[in-house]
Amino acid sequence: MRIEARNIVFGYDKSHNILDGVSLAVQSGERVALVGPSGCGKSTLSQILAGNLRPKSGTVFFDDKPLPERGFCPVQLIYQHPEKAINPRWKLGKTLTEAWDPDDDFLSALGIEKAWLNRYPAELSGGEMQRFCIARVLSPQTKFIIADEVSTMLDVVTQAQIWDVLLRVAKERNIGLLAVTHSVELAARICPRLVEFASL
Amino acid sequence: MSKLNRRTVAAVTASAILIIIIAVYVGGALLPNSALEADFSQKGQPPSFAHIFGTDFLGRDMFVRTVKGLSISLVVGAAASVIASIIALVVGVTAAMGRGWVDHAVNWFIDVFMSVPHTVLIILISIALSRGVIGLLIGVAATHWVTLARIIRGEVLQIRSQSYIAASRRFGKSPLFIARNHILPHMIPQFFVGLILLFPHAIMHESGLTFLGFGMPPEQPAVGIILSEAMKYISTGAIWLAFFPGLSLVILVLLIDKLGNTLRFLFDPKEAQL
Repeated sequence: MRIEARNIVFGYDKSHNILDGVSLAVQSGERVALVGPSGCGKSTLSQILAGNLRPKSGTVFFDDKPLPERGFCPVQLIYQHPEKAINPRWKLGKTLTEAWDPDDDFLSALGIEKAWLNRYPAELSGGEMQRFCIARVLSPQTKFIIADEVSTMLDVVTQAQIWDVLLRVAKERNIGLLAVTHSVELAARICPRLVEFASL
Repeated sequence: MSKLNRRTVAAVTASAILIIIIAVYVGGALLPNSALEADFSQKGQPPSFAHIFGTDFLGRDMFVRTVKGLSISLVVGAAASVIASIIALVVGVTAAMGRGWVDHAVNWFIDVFMSVPHTVLIILISIALSRGVIGLLIGVAATHWVTLARIIRGEVLQIRSQSYIAASRRFGKSPLFIARNHILPHMIPQFFVGLILLFPHAIMHESGLTFLGFGMPPEQPAVGIILSEAMKYISTGAIWLAFFPGLSLVILVLLIDKLGNTLRFLFDPKEAQL
C-alpha cells in the first residue's frame, strides 16, 4: 500500500504555480519528513495529498488508484492550527466521534481526560485540542497520515508527548506518516527518511 | 453601547413588542365588533374619553379600528417574513453548498429579482393573485428573500472554507450531514436577525400597498386602508384619523427594527460595525 503524488501542478492563481511537477511517494508503515522553509508550499502539497485541494494537473494515487472522493479517506491530514480544524460550536466528544469511536484506553494514551469530552474547544489549550485532532484521525480505516506542522505551536513537553503517541500508533497499525515541518532537527528526530521540498 | 446595555435594550424592546402583540390580539378579541359598525350620531368626533382615538366619517371608533388593523398587519408581516426567511435560508445554503452551476443559477435568479423594483413586483404578484391577504403575503414573501439569501450564501461560503468542514468531508460525511450539522447551526443567529428585520419591512409594505389600493380589500380595517381613507378628511382638520393609526404603526415598526438591530449587534459585534 502506498500514497503517491505524480507530477502535481498547482497555483492559487492562473498565472503563477507554486507546485510545478511535484512527485512524492510514501509506503505503508514508512515515516517520511518533508522539510522546507516557511511559505514554500508544504501545506499546499499536504492539502493536495489529503484530497482537500484539486491540482491543476497531476494525480494523487492511493494504492495505484486515484484518491477516493467519497467515504472515509484513508489519507488523513492533521492540521497546523487545531482551533481551525474543530467546529467551535461542537463539544469535543462530538468532534471526536465524528470520525470514529475511540475507547477510553486509547484516549488516556493520548493524554485526553474524560472531562474534556464535555467541553467546548474554547475551554481547552492548543495542545489539548491538537490531541483531539490526532485522536480523531487515528481511526482504524486510516492508512496514511499527513502531519502538517502539528507541533509547531506547542511547548516542548507537549511536542514530545504528541510525537511519542503519534509514532507509536503509526508503528502499531503500520500507518504511513508524512511529517511536514520546517525544522530539520525535528525531522531527523522522528523520521528515518528526509525529503527536501526544493528537491521535489 | 456596552453588551449589558444591548441585552437590556433587547429585553425591553422584546417585552414591549410582546405586550403590544398580546394587547392587539387579546384586547382586539375583547373589543366589541359593534364599534366597527357605522354610527352617524358619533361621526367625526375628535379624541375624547369615550373615543380615545376619535371617530371617523361613519362614526366608527378609531381605536378599535386601529387595533384590528394592527392585528392584520402583524399576521401579514409575521407570515411574510417567516416564509421569506425560510426561502432565503434554503436558497442561500443550497447555492453555497452546491457551488458550480447551482451557485451560478441561484445568483442569476437573485440578480433578476434584484433588478426589478420590489414594490412593482409585489403589486404585480398581488394583483395576479386577486389581491387580499394571500396575494399580499405571497407578494411580500416572494420578493424579500433575495438580500437575506445573498447574506446567508456568503456566510456559508466562508464557513465552508474552514478546515473542520474539509476534515468532516474526508471523514466521509455527506454534504447534507455537513449542511445540517456544521453549517446550519452557525446560520441560526443570521436567520433570526434577518427574520426580525424583515418583519417591520413586510408590515410597511402591507400598509403601503394597501394605502395605494393594491393590497387589502376596503372592507378590512387594515392600517393602510385606515390611512388611505383618512387622507380625504385631513384637509377638514380631522388629523386624528391618520395620526393615531399612523403613530401606532410607526411605533410597532420601530420597536421591531430596534430589536432586530440590537440582536444583530449581540450575535455578531464585529459584523455590526461594518
